[in-house]
Amino acid sequence: MSLAIRAEGLVKHYGETKALDGVDLEVPVGKVVGVLGPNGAGKTTAVRVLATLLRPDAGHATVGGHDVVKDPVRVRSLIGLTGQYASVDEDLSGTENLVLIARLLDHSRAGARARAAELLEQFELTEAAGRPARTYSGGMRRRLDLAASLVGNPAVLYLDEPTTGLDPHARNEVWRVVRKLVADGATVLLTTQYLEEADQLADTITVFDHGRVVAEGRADELKRRVGGQTLQVRPTSLADLDAVQRILGDLTGMRPTRDDDTGLLTAAVSDPVLLSTLVRKLDEAGITADELALRLPSLDEVFLALTGRKAEEGSLV
Amino acid sequence: MSAVALDKGLQHGLSLAWRGILKIRKNPEQLADVTIAPIVFLVMFTYLFGGALASSTDDYLQMLVPGIMVMNILQASMTAGVQLNTDVSKGVFDRFRSMPIARSAPLVGAVLADVVRYLMCVVVLLVVATIMGYRVQTGPVELVIAIALVLAFGLCFCWASVFVGMLLKTPGAVQGMMFVLIMPLTFGSNVFVGTSTMPGWLRAWADISPVSLLADALRGLLNGGPVAGPLAGSVVWMVAAVAVFFPLATLAYRKRV
Repeated sequence: MSLAIRAEGLVKHYGETKALDGVDLEVPVGKVVGVLGPNGAGKTTAVRVLATLLRPDAGHATVGGHDVVKDPVRVRSLIGLTGQYASVDEDLSGTENLVLIARLLDHSRAGARARAAELLEQFELTEAAGRPARTYSGGMRRRLDLAASLVGNPAVLYLDEPTTGLDPHARNEVWRVVRKLVADGATVLLTTQYLEEADQLADTITVFDHGRVVAEGRADELKRRVGGQTLQVRPTSLADLDAVQRILGDLTGMRPTRDDDTGLLTAAVSDPVLLSTLVRKLDEAGITADELALRLPSLDEVFLALTGRKAEEGSLV
Repeated sequence: MSAVALDKGLQHGLSLAWRGILKIRKNPEQLADVTIAPIVFLVMFTYLFGGALASSTDDYLQMLVPGIMVMNILQASMTAGVQLNTDVSKGVFDRFRSMPIARSAPLVGAVLADVVRYLMCVVVLLVVATIMGYRVQTGPVELVIAIALVLAFGLCFCWASVFVGMLLKTPGAVQGMMFVLIMPLTFGSNVFVGTSTMPGWLRAWADISPVSLLADALRGLLNGGPVAGPLAGSVVWMVAAVAVFFPLATLAYRKRV
């Protein structure tokens, strides 16, 4: 498996703060790796190092086999950068922005115009092509950002929080575009605060916290790592809550968590067969339930467990 | 090979200058910002104080216009720092820096676009002055030399603006700081009044200030009179400005971006 990006032991300090504290990262060619983490986890710093915008204090990284510190110009010829910090010029129109970038990438005048028109078409911005970028909606802006980063047909694409601050509709637009790129075989390093985004777009997810990698794997592997499955029961009558709690406790051998407001009982289970046993026992006791479910923990729970306080209480990692 | 070839670097600089010129066309009010203050001063001083300060408003206008050209160019040169600072804070620079172009290209582009801005400012000012009754007393050759001299002055002093632009955090702060620097520099000179009535310490400065010397050189070129002395003084100042601020600006630029 050939690697598009390989980073080893990246460290970056800002005064006292360790933005990166020994990060290893590998992105295989043709894959999408999602870097997931809360604000300040070091995601953007990692992207800036890999995009040659920042020198790491320690560690090294290569993109397409070229060292980001020793050979930044080679690296820059391979990458496209989109995101929070790399922006288009708001005064210029969509066409002008793309033509400028194409000219900077040594396209001829005519070639630059053609490339701009092609990308505007591809990103459904043809109608807005002549308008200043500042008049674009949030979703259109991000699509233009994306188009700008693709002018030079980069081998590796960095998407730094591509949908932060967008409404759900605009976010879906961006996702659709990214999915298409991925289907065409793009290699992508994606950073995001949204689990759903990583889940939707990435082949593998790397979870950052305080400048360190705290977990890695496919979305379903991460979900499994947090624990088995969860059994949830909500009896129709609140009066049955005690009885159901007892039954659930006997079955799982653990004390279920109980929410008196919603009447919901939750217990972790290791064996999915318990669900049918529970149904039978409730039936024998003559208790009906409004809600009865067996599910994997949500990625939000995974996220909290991996990066938040829950992890420190010892649930895993 | 880690550097970008020189001819490519120049071509990238030209592309970015094209961007700067597009921006002037899109935001003509930016040009107005730096031209309006000098024109306001030109009109105000000529009609309010001209009669009192010189024998007539016409005489005063002849003396004032070359000085106002210097004020105008200083105002216009502060845009470079504001613009670069805006690019850095908006992330436009990160896009450029993530591309395989010479690191200096954005700086070269900004400065080249500035020459066009300076030229437009000077032309607007001369048109307004002509309408008010100002007349070049010499010839077209002297006029061209005078304009070239003013542009060169702007190009030398714009490095101070680039330096401040890279040092301060926000475009607004850059604008404010440049204003604070430029105003006393303009008024503490012979642009508006002769230096003979100033207190000794101020006169000592005003007689050798770059603004006074360039204003005198321009008066000589446009109205007739001695040129060599003030021109030599202006050139010394220009060389000094580049010698001090160019290294400071590029250093701050490299640190910032």
